[in-house]
Amino acid sequence: MRVTAAPAPKDRNRMSPAARREAGIFYLTVSPWIIGFVLFTVIPMSVSLYLSFTRWNVLTPPVWIGLNNYVEMFTKDPDFYQSLKVTFLYTITSVPLQLIIALGLAVLLNEATIAIGFFRTAFYIPSIVASVASAVLWQWIFNPRFGPVNGLLRGVGLGSPNWFNDPNYALAALVIMSTWGVGGQMLIFLAGLKGVPRSLYEAAEVDGASRLTRFFKITLPMLSPTIFFNLIMAMIGAFQTFDSAFVISTARAGQIGAPLKSTLFYLLHLYEEGFKFLNMGYASALAWFLFIIILTVTVIINRSSKNWVFYSGEE
Amino acid sequence: MATETVIAPIPTNVSRGLSNRNNRRFRFSLHDIVVYSLLILLSLVFLFPLFWMITSALKPENQIFLWPPRWIPEPLQWSNFQTAFSNPQLPFGRFIVNTLVIELGVVTGRLISCTLVAYGFARLRAPGKNILFTLLLATLMLPRAAILIPEYILFNQLGWVNTILPLVVPAWFGEAYAIFLMRQFFMTIPRELEEAAIIDGAGTPTLIWKVIVPLSTPVLSVIAILTFKDTWNDFLTPLLYLSEPSKYTVAVGLAYFNGQNDVKLNLLMAASVALMLPILVLFAFAQRTFVEGISLTGLKG
Repeated sequence: MRVTAAPAPKDRNRMSPAARREAGIFYLTVSPWIIGFVLFTVIPMSVSLYLSFTRWNVLTPPVWIGLNNYVEMFTKDPDFYQSLKVTFLYTITSVPLQLIIALGLAVLLNEATIAIGFFRTAFYIPSIVASVASAVLWQWIFNPRFGPVNGLLRGVGLGSPNWFNDPNYALAALVIMSTWGVGGQMLIFLAGLKGVPRSLYEAAEVDGASRLTRFFKITLPMLSPTIFFNLIMAMIGAFQTFDSAFVISTARAGQIGAPLKSTLFYLLHLYEEGFKFLNMGYASALAWFLFIIILTVTVIINRSSKNWVFYSGEE
Repeated sequence: MATETVIAPIPTNVSRGLSNRNNRRFRFSLHDIVVYSLLILLSLVFLFPLFWMITSALKPENQIFLWPPRWIPEPLQWSNFQTAFSNPQLPFGRFIVNTLVIELGVVTGRLISCTLVAYGFARLRAPGKNILFTLLLATLMLPRAAILIPEYILFNQLGWVNTILPLVVPAWFGEAYAIFLMRQFFMTIPRELEEAAIIDGAGTPTLIWKVIVPLSTPVLSVIAILTFKDTWNDFLTPLLYLSEPSKYTVAVGLAYFNGQNDVKLNLLMAASVALMLPILVLFAFAQRTFVEGISLTGLKG
């Protein structure tokens, strides 16, 4: 992101009284954020880094155990691997699927001339439905016996999976469900599409480029910064999936991550360790490990972006 | 520039350029037929779950488990809403009030704090400002999961668990995304207006309240509406901090309802509609604000 703030005076010691006063007011106005940042981000994160090296159950004082939590994570906690696997599988399937569907819808909308408002609303509305409501709803839609999905599948003779009750299908159902909420990403793509200069398409058309060529040679490269943004945000979101998996797996006396831990997302595991078993030290280690994973993946995508994200020159 | 997009209406006639060339204003080409068939089909797919939710919410119990389904229930059982709301163990009316109280605290807090901070970043010069602003943008990337545990520990130490304070108080300390959007908007307001006010002897609070705020209703309403939506839909924070059923928000109440053993599906769907409805109504009234607010997310200044 480019930051365009006025340059600060170079020589701090020789600020005029007026400049000094202005700086004072600046720090006064931004103080809520600075205080909040220290209080709700810096201190908690430092404390949790410390706690990740301790055993702590909230009731008795923390006991320093060095790297034991991290060692335990990798050697003695099968749920840790399971949660990593679930989260990873979900991320690599749902994120590309979401991006492709969002982009497809945006391109279609961009091609339409009438009733755009209606279609845009239809695609966007699901994304503002509360995650809990949509989880409750999709449970019903994927109901093995009376749900419309299996009704349709039976109708065309494709069998009827048990979806959220079957460990082999539960995660797939969550992936499908996640594509219902791509409205926000679609709007961002649509805004990106509006920013592609029309002249590029007209020039390509004159040269006889087909619609497909125009899409791959103009639309995709021009849209790459938007794709990059949506990709990063969708990944960070997918790594932190919680609401839908929690609501669905705990429905009707189910276990967190049920059936058979097939939807035990990383955050669900963290929640269980921290807030159900009160292993706050261990949960802090889990949180820090997730933070490092997300940071690493973001940096990798960011590095790779030099090869595929195309920024048109300064405006 | 991102800021221009706040005000600029989204063009609605983008592909006119192509069809105008052949002067075919009212004839549908093959391309149009494909586009509109896909759009109609896909919009039905996207709207179907909502239709399914509403029609299930209006069904008598004996019509829920039917295949083929009865698409339009006969009769429409509006009393499902009443029944869902009058369960003494799940006082949804109470949950709505709880959520609205939290909303009031969060939306007010976020508007006030973010306006203040964004004004500083947009207008005032000071050493260290660029570093602070970069830091602010960096926090946008910070996964919330990483501070879940330590934040809980902090609020637990303060004795705030099982109160709404952990949900409301942080909103009074600004939020990076809102600050960023507001700063971008404030920078488009001509400085001359403030300079005139300064000559009249206005101080910073007066400048913000009398000059900046009245001119910034577009961006303020984007922030207010998106904040309202996120707070209304939030599940994890109230789940962590509000353990007493009488303090639940609507989202937590619905999840709790969903977890019960002998739940009636039509009532469950009625409660889901209730959770969804306020946001849909808000959307109906402020569609442009929603759309522009989200579109802005992807644009970088």
